[in-house]
Amino acid sequence: MDKFLKDAQDFLPILMQGAATTIGLAVSALIIATVFGLVLALMRYSGNVFLSTCARVFINVIRGIPILVQLFYLYFVLPELGIDLTAFQAGAIGLGVAYSCYMAENFRAGLEAVDKGQIEAAQTIGMGWPLMMRRVVLPQAFRTVLPPYGNTMIMLLKDTSQASVITVAEMTFKGKVLAASTFENMTVYSLVALLYLCLSIPLFILAWWLERRFGKK
Amino acid sequence: MITIKGLHKRFGKLEVLKGIDAQIEQGSVVCLIGASGSGKSTLLRCVNGLESYEQGEISIDGKRVDAHDASIRQLRTRVTMVFQRFNLFPHRTALENVMEGPIYVKGESRAEARDHGMALLERMGLADKAQAYPEKLSGGQQQRVAIARALAMRPEAILFDEPTSALDPELVGEVLAAMRSLAEDGMTMIVVTHEMGFAREVADRVMYMHGGQILEEGPARSLLTNPQEQRTRDFLSRILSPM
Repeated sequence: MDKFLKDAQDFLPILMQGAATTIGLAVSALIIATVFGLVLALMRYSGNVFLSTCARVFINVIRGIPILVQLFYLYFVLPELGIDLTAFQAGAIGLGVAYSCYMAENFRAGLEAVDKGQIEAAQTIGMGWPLMMRRVVLPQAFRTVLPPYGNTMIMLLKDTSQASVITVAEMTFKGKVLAASTFENMTVYSLVALLYLCLSIPLFILAWWLERRFGKK
Repeated sequence: MITIKGLHKRFGKLEVLKGIDAQIEQGSVVCLIGASGSGKSTLLRCVNGLESYEQGEISIDGKRVDAHDASIRQLRTRVTMVFQRFNLFPHRTALENVMEGPIYVKGESRAEARDHGMALLERMGLADKAQAYPEKLSGGQQQRVAIARALAMRPEAILFDEPTSALDPELVGEVLAAMRSLAEDGMTMIVVTHEMGFAREVADRVMYMHGGQILEEGPARSLLTNPQEQRTRDFLSRILSPM
């Protein structure tokens, strides 16, 4: 136990650096996933056949490819095409785009749960599509979407560990390097697991708070 | 002010409106009666551009109603609609529901919309419910808020699609009373209804629809008490004495 505590003291500062990168990566990817996911969901919901088909094809292609392969593609293949991304950029974009598809499906489910009568009521008082979305549909969809959104957010945080394979120096990557150089596998990976849990807990609380604050009464 | 000429509407292969001709004058109250599936609601929804139509024409003061054209938004602020299931916005209070259109569609100031909205809720007997959310209101109260929301657009005509059919029987009267007061003020109204008492006392004209056509129309009293067509007679006797 003494040894564990002493090793922990040595390892934690290094792992904390990784945690900072993990948080940065998760926040960047979450922003991309939310904005892009909302755009995709609105395209699918728009009733415009062209936009809706584009969004559906995109979502199914991205969903059908493992995130790891997407990350390899961004980091190793794009440079051959003359597009150089840093490991962090590739990780944030890769995770963001991959998760935008899950987000889009969450959002779409929320949009479609809004009663058709609401749309007709908005139309009969002369609202156009953008105004109707902003004032009537999105605020109602928002409440339905919160629980799956919180869930996806937590999955995204944990999936940032996949970016370790393209050398993003996040927490799992740091852990792997530490474990390989010290052979203290148990200590290192226990700490890594604990730190992920610590990062998730604020998200659990945030999701719970959002649902209480804005969710269906 | 509302003219319907040779209107046909199909849902796929099913033709639900088979050549409707009608003329609704400014300030008149017209009740559409008929069995379920006779096309009453569809006709009303076509007038509001919620459904498109294949053939014929609906026009409001000479302006063609086209569900797919941007002009429909302007027309909807002139001819608005009240639904069977109220369709109030559940995330906004009664007053906010009423203020929504004037502020965001017509660009009225918040203060102006609030004053007008409160006056309308008062007229509907709901001044004390202004801050209540729809879920806290009874069906009759919700429908009266919906009428206030329609009135807030300062429309020239209101279409009512079975406004009392989703209500408990004891709540029907308060909604009909509100509609009657609108009629007395000279509002142009087309009302799809099964309330024959309302039709007899408030409507100027009644149209009986059957199988996607207007089978018979005339002044309310004479059509309801002395219908010329056998099918109208059958329908009325079923409605008036269902046992």
